[in-house]
This record gives sequence, C-alpha cells and structure tokens, in this order.
Amino acid sequence: MLKPCFRAAAILMLALLAKVPVTLAATEAASTPPELSVEGGPPTVRLISDAQYLNAIAYIFGPDVAPSLHFPPLRRTEGLLALGSKSAGVTAGAVQAYEAVAQTIAANVVDPHHRSFLIGCMPKVETKRDDRCATQVIARYGRLLFRRPLSKAEVKAYVDIAGSDAETLNDFYSGLSSSLSALLVSPEFLYFVETEERDPHNPKNMRLTGQAKAMRLSLLLWNAPPDEELLEAAERGQLQTREGLSKQVDRMLASPRMESGLRAFFDDMFIFEGFNALAKDAIIYPAFTQGAVEAAREQTLRTVIDHLVARNGDYRDLFTTRHTFLNSQLSPLYKLPVEQGGDWVAYDLPADAGRGGLLSEISFLALNSHPGRSSPTRRGRAVREIFLCQKVPDPPPNVDFSKFEDAAHSAKTARGRLAEHATNPVCAGCHKITDPLGLALENFDGAGEFRRTEGNELIDASGSLNGVSFSDADGLGKAIHDSPEAPRCLVQRLYAYGLGYKPGTDQRAWLEELDKRFAAHGYRIVDLLHEIVTSPAFYAVTAPKSGEVVASNGS
Amino acid sequence: MASTNVSRRRVLRGMLGGTAVTLGLPLLNAQLNGNGVALASGAPVPTRFGTWSWGLGMNKSIFVPKTIGANYDLPEEIESLKPVRDQINILTNFRLPTDGRPNLCHFTGWVAIRTGYIPTTKNDLPYPTVDVLISDEIGTTTRFKSLDLAATGVARDSVSLRNGDTINAPVISAVEFYRQIFGSDFQDPNSAVFKPSTKIMVRKSVLSAVGEQRRQLLASVGSDDRARLDQYFTALRELENRLELQLQRPQPAVACRIPDPVGQEAAPGLDFDLVAARHRSMTDLLVLALACNQARVFNMVYSNSSANTTRPGQAKTHHILTHEELVDQKLGYQPESSWFIRRAMESWSYFVQALASFKEGDGTLLDHSLVFAQSDQEYAKVHSIDGIPMMTAGTANGKVRTGLHIDGKGALATNVGFTLQHIMGVPAGDWGVGSLRTDREVSEILS
Repeated sequence: MLKPCFRAAAILMLALLAKVPVTLAATEAASTPPELSVEGGPPTVRLISDAQYLNAIAYIFGPDVAPSLHFPPLRRTEGLLALGSKSAGVTAGAVQAYEAVAQTIAANVVDPHHRSFLIGCMPKVETKRDDRCATQVIARYGRLLFRRPLSKAEVKAYVDIAGSDAETLNDFYSGLSSSLSALLVSPEFLYFVETEERDPHNPKNMRLTGQAKAMRLSLLLWNAPPDEELLEAAERGQLQTREGLSKQVDRMLASPRMESGLRAFFDDMFIFEGFNALAKDAIIYPAFTQGAVEAAREQTLRTVIDHLVARNGDYRDLFTTRHTFLNSQLSPLYKLPVEQGGDWVAYDLPADAGRGGLLSEISFLALNSHPGRSSPTRRGRAVREIFLCQKVPDPPPNVDFSKFEDAAHSAKTARGRLAEHATNPVCAGCHKITDPLGLALENFDGAGEFRRTEGNELIDASGSLNGVSFSDADGLGKAIHDSPEAPRCLVQRLYAYGLGYKPGTDQRAWLEELDKRFAAHGYRIVDLLHEIVTSPAFYAVTAPKSGEVVASNGS
Repeated sequence: MASTNVSRRRVLRGMLGGTAVTLGLPLLNAQLNGNGVALASGAPVPTRFGTWSWGLGMNKSIFVPKTIGANYDLPEEIESLKPVRDQINILTNFRLPTDGRPNLCHFTGWVAIRTGYIPTTKNDLPYPTVDVLISDEIGTTTRFKSLDLAATGVARDSVSLRNGDTINAPVISAVEFYRQIFGSDFQDPNSAVFKPSTKIMVRKSVLSAVGEQRRQLLASVGSDDRARLDQYFTALRELENRLELQLQRPQPAVACRIPDPVGQEAAPGLDFDLVAARHRSMTDLLVLALACNQARVFNMVYSNSSANTTRPGQAKTHHILTHEELVDQKLGYQPESSWFIRRAMESWSYFVQALASFKEGDGTLLDHSLVFAQSDQEYAKVHSIDGIPMMTAGTANGKVRTGLHIDGKGALATNVGFTLQHIMGVPAGDWGVGSLRTDREVSEILS
C-alpha cells in the first residue's frame, strides 16, 4: 500500500491530467478509509460493574464462591451505565463493600471443599508458610485477576503477605486467603486500566497494548475480563495482528458467553435497572406480582437474545416480532395460557392480540408508567431516548398547570388529559415529540395489560412518527422498524458501550460507515460486532499528554 | 474496666491469639477532638450529625408557623411534630439566587442547599454535600464513615455525595442494615472481655500491602485518572485506619445494646405505609448503631426529590398530584398532595422522637446530635425554590438552641449549611459558590 504522501501525490497528478480542480486535503480525506481516520481517545480506566465482577469470579474460581453483591450504581451517561464507569469514583462505603466481598471470596476459595480443586498444590506443613505453593497459586490467579502476568517482584510481595499471615495464624490456607483478598482489593482488579505503547510500525503514534485490547474486546463481547486463551493471545502479541485478532474475535463471537455479553448491553441500553425498584399498586394491578417483575425483564432479554443470536435476526424486527417467551408469572398479564410452574415457553403471539415487538412487552410498558396508571409521555420519551437516541428536554419549572387542571380533572382518557399539552405553546414543543408515540401504546395500562377502553371511553391509539401515521401499537412498531434512526441508534450505543466513552467528532465518518455496513449485513448484530471489534478504529488511542509516562506491560 | 493510669502503647502482635485482654487500652489521639470523647469519667459523648430528606416541599399556608421564635404554633401539616416541637428549629423564608441558571426541577433546590452550588445540568455536581464535609472531619474514627439509608427502598435515592461520580449509595433494606452493623464483624463496645481480632489485624495488613501499589499504578495512567485512583487509595488508607482503631478496645458505650435480628423485609414499593414501615425499621436500627458508636454521620432519605409515594388503590402519585390536583378554593391548597406531606412529617416526627427517647449517659441521643432536615422545593406545584423548608433537631451537645421558628427574611439558604459545618467543627471561612457564597451563620440557633 502506498504511503499517504505518495498516494496523495499520485491522485493529484491524475487530477491535474484530468484537469479536475482538487485540493490536497480533500483528496487525502476522500481517500482515507473512515476507520483509519479515527483519532480515538485516551486509554480509559473503568471501574468494574457488579456483573463484570461476578463474571470474573465465576470464570476464575467457579460459580459458587462469590456472595451476592450490590456495589454503588454507576452514573448513567449518554444513555448508558457503561459510560459512567470511566469516571466513577469510590466512596468510603464502597471500599468497605469491596473489602468485605474480597474477604468472603478469598475465604471460600481456600475452604476445605474448594481448595481441593482450586489450589493446585499443597503446603509441606499446613500450619506453616509455604512460599513454593503460594507462588504457584498467586502467579496463576494474579494473572487472571489483573489480566496480565505479575512481575517477580509483585508475586513476591503477595507471597510475603501469604507467608506473613500464615505465620501469624499458624495456617497456610488462611495466609493464602489474605493474599487472594489483597489481589481482589487491588485497583488492578477493580479497575480495567488500559495502557498504551508506542506503535513499533509507526513510532509517532500510540497503540493500545495487547492487554488493553483484550480487555476492551472481552468487556464488549462477554461483559467479562479476558479468559485464559485471550490473555495468552495478548501476551504473545497476536492481538496486534489482523489475523490474530480475527481468530480471537471469531472464537468469542461463537461462544455461548456472547449471550451474557449481549444481555448486559441490552439490559443497560433498555434502562432495565428500573426493575430493581419496580412495583405497581397491588389493588389496581393485582396480577403484577414480584414474580412478574422479574419475569418481565427476563422475557424481553430472552426474546432479544433468541432473535439476534440464536436466529441471527434483523435488529429492526425486534419492534414487530410476535415471537417471544412467556412463563406462568406473565400469563395473567398477557391473558394467554401458560402451564403453571413450567419453564419458559416459546410463544407466537396471536395476530389479533394487539401486540408485537418490544414496545408492547410488559417490560417496556410497565417500566415507563406510573405505579397506578399508564403514561404516554413517559413511554414516548423512552421510545425517543432509548431506541432513537433522541434527547427530550426536561419540563420547565414554571409551567402554569391551572390550564391543565380542568382537563386532567374531567378527561376520561390519557389523550384527553394531554390534549392541552399538545396545543399550549409552552408545552407543545416537547409533548409533540413524545405524546404521539406514547398515545399509540394506550391500549396497554400501567402494568402492560391490554385494554380497549379507559373510563368507559374507547381508546384512540393513533399517532405518528416522521410524518408516518398509524392507528395502534403495531403501527408504531412498524414505524420504528422503518425509521433510519433505530438502527443508527443501536450502532451508536453499541459502539460507545464498547469504547467506554462517547465517540468524538473524529469518529463520525466511521460511525456513518458502520451504519452502512450494518444495513449491508441485514441489520444482524453479530456481524455488526464483528465489524466493530476487528476495526482499527475501535482500538485507536491518542498520544499521552506532555510529560506523562508511557507504560508498557510487555504485551 | 478502663483505668486512666494505663499508659499509651500499641497492641503487641504477640497478644494476638494469646491471652484475652481485660484491661482497657488507651485511646488514640484521633479520638480526642473538639466534639468530645466518651470516657468513664462522664465527659460528653461525641456529637453526631445527620440529615433527613423529603421531597415536594410544603403548602406554606398550613406548614409555616405564624409565630416567629420560641413556642411556635404548629399548623396542620406539621402538627405531628407536637411531641418534639421544642427540640426542632424550623427555618423558613431563606432564598436561593440562581445567578441566571435554570431551575432544574426537583434538583437545583436540594443540590444548592446541600452543596452550596447551583448546577447547570443534572450531571453538574462538582462539590461535596455538607454531610460529606462533616464526615471528612468527624467520620474517620468510627467503623463506618457514614450510614446512608433510603426508606424508599430505591438504590439511587441518595443526597449524599462527594461529586456526581462519587455518590454514597444508601442501604435500602433493614435486613441488610442489620447485617451490616450487627453482623459477624460487630464488636460489642461493652464486652467485659476484649481480644484484638486476628481477623481484623490480617485485614489491615492486606490493605496496607495493597496501598503500597499506589506509586507504581499512578505512574502508569493519565492525569485525569490519577485523581480517581488516588481517591481509591485514600479511601483504602482510611479503611485501614478504621480497622486499626478496631484493634483497640472500643470506647464503652453505655447505651449500646444489640437488637434482635430483623426478621422480614417490607415488600418493595412506594406505598406510603411500606415507606413508613421501612423508615421505622431503619430508624430503630440507626439509633442503636449510633449508640454503639458505629458511625457519627448519617443520612436518611424518606422520599426522593420527585417523591413518587403512593396510596394503595390510587392512580396518582404524590408528584402527579402536585401538578394535576386542583387547589381547593375553600382550603387554599391541594388536599391530596398535602396528605402526603403530612405523612412525611409523621415519619420525621418518629425519627426525632426515636433519638429523643433514647437515653444516653445523662441525656439523650438527640441531645448529643444535630440533625438537618430539608426538602427540594418550596411549593412543588410550581417548583419554587425560594423558601424551601428546612429544620434542625437536637442541641449538638449544647451548641444549638432548639424550639425556634426562624424567619430567614430572605437570607441565603446556604447560611444554614455554613452554620452546620461550624457547629460540627469544619474549619470553613466561607462556603458556597457565586451568589450562594456566604460567611454568615444563622446566629439565632447558636447557643
């Protein structure tokens, strides 16, 4: 491939011969693939989330070692919790929580049951320190926990903790527990610290180290730290080659762990953290039990994963599909029969059920309502912000509500209550954005149950989006399906989620290219992920600020 | 028990796992501060500081007492405060100039009162809340730096933060709160036998070793992340110091007793009776946690700033009512909305009574505390923030006069936060940003 300067000169020469007016900069810009024009951002330092923590422990030590945990929630930034991890601080209480959990996990790892298969060696004398065995254990687990090999000095430091405490407590395993606890409390476990190095092929530029690439890749695809094979590929330098990277990407995309990764992404994008505190009025919605809360979340995630992964389906069809999953907890809300006590059942909703697509599932409808009634404005806003990546401003503080009180007092339906909002110039600017979408979902009450009337008045579920009118929720789903904003929004969210930060303007052209490729792939998410994680743009980093040390962990 | 003839010395490593210690060990210097120390000699117990928050303000005509000063009347929205009126100050008619920044609904008000700053957006939270400033001063010598609780049962309902990325997450379950305080790591301060815990010694050494990674790690990251990681190491060091204190025999806490475990959790949801039940359970545990010197700073959120509290069988939440309910022409206020404010005040009264009825030494826990209550709006219907109702309860070991209605006459609301800091020993010359900056105290409440 020609170096950029020679390429530009060749193009200029051709242009001159063709008597075509052209500027060098424009030529250069036009010829550079968009993924190569990305500057990127500085390496990130992301705080581990609850799910990532549990995934790490489950992979390294098994599924029965970690206690239940609830670390402080991250700040939702640009629609995603994942972007909050980059700037998250830790409070005194959070550190106490990390330390307590670390103690519990470490104690479980060395207990008589687990040590038989998690500790690959035995001390000479159980009541004394054994640096040989401790070294073996710490080197092995330290590498997996820190996502890089520990140096000899680091291993020695942790072995000294184990040995010192073994002597204090007259127990090798208690000492080992201390060192494991230290690893788990270390910021190198609790934070995903990306590092960069000089690009040996282009020394003026920086590149992420193999370890950092492995972390970025694994967090996006699996919502977990790198596994053994990915770490080894990083340490061998294989992630710095196209072939080596592709091999790992293909392996990871084909793995069942992809499901966990995508679940985490959609749980974040759909703002399903709201389920943690969701409750409905038990008198108004008696069928909306605590079991239904948990089932509603699972239903949508199961539907999404089945459609996008198992069936390799078109993302847009999520807004119209009638293929879903139900269980006995949801049966009363959908008024569809499901065997009591049974597991999840694949279900094709009847065409006359008035339901189709994510927007008519209990999860979306109930989350974006009040405890005792529906909310077209909340639902409309959620459609805009979650699925179309459009921001709706907050209401102004000084609205004169006296004009609405009579309407609110006397109207039988939500449309009636909101009529004044649609025409009053103070309110209409925002309500015209939200209400035409939310009112199309008014055949579903605050718990998501279907209804034809409200207050004995027939519900009018007509609305419009981008000039396209529709008469019910099916129509809304189709309008979202057909809108260019929906797939574009998914690309934006998924890409930002993987980067850990909102992409800058330097990534605009690349994001537009990704939009095109997503369409070319039939809006299939696995193909989109492949495009993202095999592109150099995804790993682009900027140079460190003047005076800052460039670190390398030898990958 | 503890003898004043004991000389200062550290716990010797050789004592671990050996003979149980029956003599009192000396106090650390950090435990002797201007707020007082609990000694067998009867010196005042440490002053505690707490906050209590409720959403959606008040209806002025039936909330604000007509009387200024002592013996104030109790209009109907706060009549539930009758049992503790003389221990509560009500602070009204304080203002919040916004320097032209927009009034962000259910946000600007409480952020300004608690941080002294008018935010430009809902992500703009650069300054710590007043309780964090106070816990930095007095919270480093107890097992927990602060205790944060949300009676709503919602994990994001917190008004205690160092900045927008570092928010104190509340405990949302009484069962979890019990486990946190009185679980296996609890050390009974009144136990006749004290044996320094080997477990704590080992935990402390682990933290110390991890802290030694600081220099190497900070050198490997950019400047923006250095501050965040440094904050982590600082928090780690503070935890290590608190574990060090737990290796010393705890101060006797004459009023401390271990409660029975909490059997059952209230069901999830924002029904007012569920919130009240959670609030009662958490308050009862908090009182004992404070009496057992587990923390000196606490925060309770009764309802968040949007207060979506509900009544069973009714479709409209408190918040919806503030905007949709007609003002009753005869009464002059929204009766359904007012109903919820009265329920909030009942819980506030319960909270204050719980502290006031708990005997501690020669006084009560409330005598030894200062609690600051505030809302987020003055009149929720129009989101007004001038005149947001505020209260204090407790005398802070005699530093605060109580039983007064203070009319701020348009003074800055940040005068209150500034005053609280001074009472609790935070050495601040002034506080607040822009037009909220102040160096004036609410002198009427100072003894």
